[in-house]
Amino acid sequence: MAEFRLPKNSRIKKGKHFAVANGASNVRRFAVYRYDPSSGENPRLDTYEVDLDSCGPMVLDALIKIKNEIDPTLTFRRSCREGICGSCAMNIDGGNTLACTRSIDSVKGDVKIYPLPHLPIVKDLVGDLTNFYAQYASIKPWLQSRTPPPPDQERLQSKEDQELIDEPSACILCACCSTSCPSYWWNSDRYLGPAALLAAYRWLVDSRDDATGERLDELEDPFRLYRCHTIMNCTQTCPKDLNPAKAIAETKKMLAERKY
Amino acid sequence: MSLRSPLGRVLGLGTAKDGTSHWWGQRVSAIALLFLGLWFAVSLATMPGFNYAEAVTFIGRPFNSILLLLLSLSLAYHSYLGLQVVIEDYVHAPGIKLIALVLSRFAHVLLAVAAVFSVLKIGLNA
Repeated sequence: MAEFRLPKNSRIKKGKHFAVANGASNVRRFAVYRYDPSSGENPRLDTYEVDLDSCGPMVLDALIKIKNEIDPTLTFRRSCREGICGSCAMNIDGGNTLACTRSIDSVKGDVKIYPLPHLPIVKDLVGDLTNFYAQYASIKPWLQSRTPPPPDQERLQSKEDQELIDEPSACILCACCSTSCPSYWWNSDRYLGPAALLAAYRWLVDSRDDATGERLDELEDPFRLYRCHTIMNCTQTCPKDLNPAKAIAETKKMLAERKY
Repeated sequence: MSLRSPLGRVLGLGTAKDGTSHWWGQRVSAIALLFLGLWFAVSLATMPGFNYAEAVTFIGRPFNSILLLLLSLSLAYHSYLGLQVVIEDYVHAPGIKLIALVLSRFAHVLLAVAAVFSVLKIGLNA
């Protein structure tokens, strides 16, 4: 059955509180999910007071400051700090987004930070994305063409052709969308999820790709594609303002078009 | 524990090459229900008295009989498709899932047949 309550050993307990040194005037509290599966202890919510006068403007800046200056045991992924690598995807103030592009100012009250929902936790804010990446690999995210490439140049596209894949190919695979989708929560073992389906769509509409039919064959499945019930959390949460829900709808239309 | 690769697990038993007819059927029956439902709601609202004789006369008119048959069938079909999705979404224990799917199918066919029989009984006797 679907799980509506966390199992006993996953329920979140109250954690430690780290107060800021005296004299700071511009203080914000960050409540951060902490969990170490190897410790045998339940997850807890630690609160850190951070002096914003000596901190960058983004949530990621605060996390880095916490790790550097307050608590080095805090674990999270981050790399580019400019919204292109997708590493620091997490659940901030109740929504999935990138910590590096979400400003502290945009959050009212305490800044609550959790890992992406419904993933096995490796540690703290780091979720296990093995299944997510395997799903991406399963849609064969590369060009499949039976047309030999021109001998003296690259495969050409018209401007209109390129515009079709502009948006879907801007996906950074941060997994915000898939982990915001209730259908993905209940059935991620069989439903590919919005990120993989957006990637599939990117190749379905690529004018240089000749495998559209085979790609649609692979997607036509009650679980792989049709578990999407148009909830549209994916589109609402995407930190790159992409529209996976529309890509999925277009894919369903293509399938209907070839059948009816 | 299994050491099967993550990709192997995602690919699973392969694609069922199915789902489009289900998706299409749900949408087409929804459009039918929009019209039939409207007609049914208006009919109920404009029925002068709300008693047994009135209802039997209403059902007995050929036009109403036909639309009621269509309403019963599309409603049962649409509801069956919807409930199937709900069961597949939330029920993951293999045995219970199978039983739920079969029971749901039986229940919907039963309801549809009962509705059709009732309408025909009144319609053909009128």
